Amino acid sequence: MSAPILRVDNLEIAFGANPVVRGVSLELRAGRVQGLAGESGSGKTVTAMSVLGLLPRTATVSGSIRLGDTELIGMRSRALRNVRGRRIAMVFQDPSASLHPQLTVGHQLTDHMRRHLKLDRRALHTRAIEMLDRVRVPDPENALKRYPHQFSGGQRQRIAIAIALACDPDVLLADEPTTALDVTVQAGILHLLRDLAIERNLAVLLVTHDLGVMSAIADDVAVMRNGLIVETGTREQVFLTPAHEYTQTLLAAMPDSAPSIHPPHPDAPSATAAASPSTATPDQEGTE
Amino acid sequence: MSALLTIDDLVVEYPGPVTVRAVDGIALSIMPGEVLALVGESGCGKSSTARAVVGMEKPESGRVEYRGDSVPSLGLSRRPNKFTAIQMVFQDPNSSLNPRKRIGAQIADGIAAAASRGETSSTPGEWLEAVGLDPKMVSRFPHQFSGGQRQRIAIARALAARPDLIVADEPISALDASSQAAVAGLMRQLCLDAGAGMLFISHDLSVVRVIADRTAVMYRGRIVESGRSETIWSNPLHPYTRALLSAIPHPDGKGTMPAAPALEAPAEWSVAMPEALDRA
Amino acid sequence: MIRRRRLPIPRAWVTPLAIIGVVIALAWVIIAATAPLWVPYAPNAQGLPRLQAPGIDTLMGTDAVGRDVFSRLMTGASVTIPLALMLVVVSLVIGTSLGAVAGYFGGWIDEALMRLTDLVMAFPTVILAMVIAASLGPSLFNAVLAAIVVSWPAYARVSRSLVLSLRQQNYVIAGRLLGFSPVKSLMTDILPNIAGPVVVLATLDVGTAILLLSGLSFLGLGAQPPSAEWGSMISSAIQNFDAWWIGVFPGLAILTVVLAFNFIGDSLRDILDPVSGGAREVAGVAPVAPTDASHAPHTPGATA
Repeated sequence: MSAPILRVDNLEIAFGANPVVRGVSLELRAGRVQGLAGESGSGKTVTAMSVLGLLPRTATVSGSIRLGDTELIGMRSRALRNVRGRRIAMVFQDPSASLHPQLTVGHQLTDHMRRHLKLDRRALHTRAIEMLDRVRVPDPENALKRYPHQFSGGQRQRIAIAIALACDPDVLLADEPTTALDVTVQAGILHLLRDLAIERNLAVLLVTHDLGVMSAIADDVAVMRNGLIVETGTREQVFLTPAHEYTQTLLAAMPDSAPSIHPPHPDAPSATAAASPSTATPDQEGTE
Repeated sequence: MSALLTIDDLVVEYPGPVTVRAVDGIALSIMPGEVLALVGESGCGKSSTARAVVGMEKPESGRVEYRGDSVPSLGLSRRPNKFTAIQMVFQDPNSSLNPRKRIGAQIADGIAAAASRGETSSTPGEWLEAVGLDPKMVSRFPHQFSGGQRQRIAIARALAARPDLIVADEPISALDASSQAAVAGLMRQLCLDAGAGMLFISHDLSVVRVIADRTAVMYRGRIVESGRSETIWSNPLHPYTRALLSAIPHPDGKGTMPAAPALEAPAEWSVAMPEALDRA
Repeated sequence: MIRRRRLPIPRAWVTPLAIIGVVIALAWVIIAATAPLWVPYAPNAQGLPRLQAPGIDTLMGTDAVGRDVFSRLMTGASVTIPLALMLVVVSLVIGTSLGAVAGYFGGWIDEALMRLTDLVMAFPTVILAMVIAASLGPSLFNAVLAAIVVSWPAYARVSRSLVLSLRQQNYVIAGRLLGFSPVKSLMTDILPNIAGPVVVLATLDVGTAILLLSGLSFLGLGAQPPSAEWGSMISSAIQNFDAWWIGVFPGLAILTVVLAFNFIGDSLRDILDPVSGGAREVAGVAPVAPTDASHAPHTPGATA
């Protein structure tokens, strides 16, 4: 296995007096998808956000996040801006919130390309069309002139991915990238993410609570609970031979894939007191 | 045994610059003691159907009948007693409970509705226990509970009214993934114990398979496939159902990718297949 | 074991401004209630030397007819403040009820009430109050009446918009499904949940009420001589500009009361703001740690 592109070492994050991440270590390698699983409140999203310094000022961060040889914690804003988008990019859960509603898709796509890449206007335009085409947004030339609300949820997420990858970053952070999408749309995005990761040799951090998604595209899996990683290993290891009780609980709580219309037996090991009891957040957009 | 709920040729429209036909003529029925799941992706009309069943939406046309009587619209006049036997569980646990009222009092409202129909009495504590919460917490306010607990309280309140028909609109979507199956199972159990029927709306097919006797799959306002859940799961006929099922990623640890449909809405999904309906 | 800590006072109340506000308001309320018992001179007694500057005998000086300003000021509190509070309460009750009915029932009721609201709000507040007070005849009672007429619409507007949004909440619908009559739904589900913002509005409105009543009295449309109402005291100061103490002290008194209630109102607004989370603490009970759910004894496998 190649050397890790991004190393997180003993990361600790607290909001005021409240510890949220209590010593997390991870490695991201080119061409591999590292999954970070856990329920709401486990600290997985905060971990991902801290890589790009996206936490509020009330957060205290300690430990180490190294991109190659560069330490990212404590980096000055100006230097961090050169990293964001150019070397590390991020895709978020809700594409409606991560795309600017009043700027055209083309504008948003070329905006940070213009900053990071030294290309003239025509070259930017061409590259923008290529990116949209690569993420399978239909009619890319005209799509550039349209606004986010004119696209479906799935297309908006594809656009967000195109923007993220426009400057050829080495690392992609994906925080619940398909949670807000319908299952058929999600399948398409998962294929896209996996293909792009392989094609561009990306190091991907995939944060999700959805074990099905995790199983589909993660190569390695780390399970987080209450700010700590309780289990880590390859996908096969974690799913087929889970060592930690919490992982076993999470897996057991999934509806069986074996055919059955009978309800789960009341004594089945699902969501016992061992599970992290934090407040649930809405995680699927399934209504009209 | 006659049906609790009969829907026939239901059409629900929303006015606007363009009139949106959310439900485009569907038919279904629910018998006592059975759980019917209504599944589909966003925009398919399943929530609009649920709202029409309880009277929150006025149908454009078609019948919605509870025990043979047309379900009245939830307008300004007081709901007739008979129809308090239809209860609803909503998707968002945070807005399902009155923030300024103790949960015991809210469950007691359910009990009062049951009493007005002459049903056997009960206490709020009993219902809290039934949904897995400590009965001593009756005097607490909703904000003192987590989202998952609030949903259980909402379920307790609905069941306290001893309904014959429960309409559950995405009741588990807002819960932690590890609680979803358990809460769904709990709802099925309590529903069957009461001899009631349940219309369970969900976009999550995996859970539905485990708790629903029958399933109806909706796409763009129509039911494209329906019948016994197991039959549909193991042998889907309609192209949309097949696409839906094969798009589900399974946590099998083997890296199997779910099947992605070629386009966002292939024409074959809109095809009507009568043989895919009412399957045994 | 279920832990429950009772917080003595909600933490969000303990801001410096809130404390100042409460202290001042409380002080004035006590003064208003007890002034007649301890003021050095009868408020309407005219025996003192006229237009005396503030000194040892008369802390705030005397006015043009030889009355002690300090005594009048303190006694005046018992006129102005209770009336202002009463004005706010009555406007709140009328306005909130009408607004809630309009918002809940909609239709022609809503239309009719909103047109009425619009009608009243179309006029500048003070001028309309002046016209009404003048036409009813100058008296404190009529001034209060006039003030009520111009004050209720603001509450109606706020209450209506709150009710419109609350009406859609799932718990309100759940109540209807359980057979709540519209009145019960309004009383138990809606009104308690609009109380917060309405109370904030009312608290901030106390200042306005005082200014309105004082203003009307200043113009001669409210309290009539020799009543020691603050507004009319300021009015009488116009004839004797040199004797600054006649007008400045009542003015300062109005200032302090208005500020006090503004501080209280701001603090209340912050408490009730769901974003800052202060609302949790108002109930006086700390949130239950979710792990308590695992103590659910009976249905196995069914924890939150």
